[in-house]
Amino acid sequence: MKEETVIKVEGLTKVFGDFTAVNKISFHVRKGEIFGFLGANGAGKTTAMKMLIGISAPSSGSANVAGFDVYTQTEDIKKSIGYMSQKFALYDDLTVKENIRFFGGIYGLSKARISQKSNLLIEELGLEKVAHSLVGSLPLGWKQKIAFSVSLLHDPKIVFLDEPTGGVDPITRRQFWEMIYKAANNGTTIFVTTHYMDEAEYCDRVSIMVDGNIEALDTPKNLKTHFGSDSMNEVFLKLARS
Amino acid sequence: MSIRIDHISKSYGKVNALDDISIQVDQGELFGLIGPDGAGKTTLFRILTTLLLPDHGSASVAGYDIIADFKAIRKQVGYMPGRFSLYQDLTVEENLRFFATIFGTTIAENYDLIRDIYVQIEPFKNRRAGKLSGGMKQKLALSCALIHKPEVLFLDEPTTGVDPVSRKEFWEMLKRLQDKGITILVSTPYMDEAALCDRIALIQNGRILEIDTPKAIVEHYPKPIFDVGAHNTYLLIEKLNAYAHKHSVFPFGEYIHYTDQRDGFDPLELRTYLKNEGLQNIHIERTKATIEDTFMELAKQ
Repeated sequence: MKEETVIKVEGLTKVFGDFTAVNKISFHVRKGEIFGFLGANGAGKTTAMKMLIGISAPSSGSANVAGFDVYTQTEDIKKSIGYMSQKFALYDDLTVKENIRFFGGIYGLSKARISQKSNLLIEELGLEKVAHSLVGSLPLGWKQKIAFSVSLLHDPKIVFLDEPTGGVDPITRRQFWEMIYKAANNGTTIFVTTHYMDEAEYCDRVSIMVDGNIEALDTPKNLKTHFGSDSMNEVFLKLARS
Repeated sequence: MSIRIDHISKSYGKVNALDDISIQVDQGELFGLIGPDGAGKTTLFRILTTLLLPDHGSASVAGYDIIADFKAIRKQVGYMPGRFSLYQDLTVEENLRFFATIFGTTIAENYDLIRDIYVQIEPFKNRRAGKLSGGMKQKLALSCALIHKPEVLFLDEPTTGVDPVSRKEFWEMLKRLQDKGITILVSTPYMDEAALCDRIALIQNGRILEIDTPKAIVEHYPKPIFDVGAHNTYLLIEKLNAYAHKHSVFPFGEYIHYTDQRDGFDPLELRTYLKNEGLQNIHIERTKATIEDTFMELAKQ
């Protein structure tokens, strides 16, 4: 059986003036894979991610996301992916239900489908009591779990998660990762950035960006063997500090 | 004693941000407040830096009472809030000069204290603070908090959202400041940073779970803890959670940390169970508890 590739990146580059933020990066991501996209602050992760989700045009190179081209089919990409970040995920001054309805509407789901999905989501996360509470009043960990579920509303092929667990308590952080495992197990591809190196270990494969380049890409196990390290934290420090 | 916190409570409406908190920090100690978003860390910082009044309890910083002597405290402490709070449209050097002037000193007078940190951003001293990268902003904020040579330094989540390399460098800077006799109270949501403190308080939902040295805290972990791995992590988590005798199941890097309810737990029994459930490449090995294990165990109760 041939494994389906859902993200294909070849020589992708982004230049701002005389600064190369992303320098000819290449990688493939398989369907249902949890792909960790790591790097120091300023290494070019966000810039690369913006190109992949179709909101920033590359300077050169090519990329295909969920079967669509990042130059010419950005609207199709946006329909086929989910996205959440630590900074923006949900509207604080809408209730949980209103957020679900809003994002369901944005993604073009029918009213019946939204209502069905909404009930399912609230039940799965055990949110019956807070379904009509403003999202802003909920603890961060809950918000992030809801945001992740909302990013899956339209059954996207790929979900992009930009530091989804920053500042979240350790128990909720793990519950969040269990949700990620579950989604991946159902065939959703997960593309995730994080500064928690233990989370890097949860990924099937991990890439590490340094100054615009991908310096390493492999399973956490192989990376640790290759760099003679006990943990991904050590691997990261060795790569990013050199 | 450098910081004395005595039964402090603070509520915002119905939310108990701090619930009867007592902590004592010694002179020259590097003390960590370890807890997630919403634990109450920022509220405690704001009370200690005299920006907020507690509902109950008392506290003193550098020998001064936070209510009666609030002006004296403001002269003696440095505070780096969690949100970047420098003037974005002043340059690096202007910000530093501004803070020095406010405290009646000059950059030159205390340059020794900040040299290590400031040299790294000095090449950009004419750049506006708003145009700095995250790591550089953090270094500038620390320089500004230090420029009046405070006795006590309050750092509210200085490393949140910062990559592991910059975080490591930041902690090395803190150690050097501590060597100069400054008392440091620092908060972080990263449990791995807790090990770098002399003592820590684990805090969640406004309550202190435990206060001790990082070493003692992990030694207090009540149960034997095991690394469990298999070919499919998702299935493994599911099956461990379904196991009748499990006490806790938490993913931890490459492995799952598993504890059992029973005193005489036999790992072989678990291995057989997992094998029968269809898991392959099963790995079960005794491991040591970390601060994060302890935090989660305490937070569960």
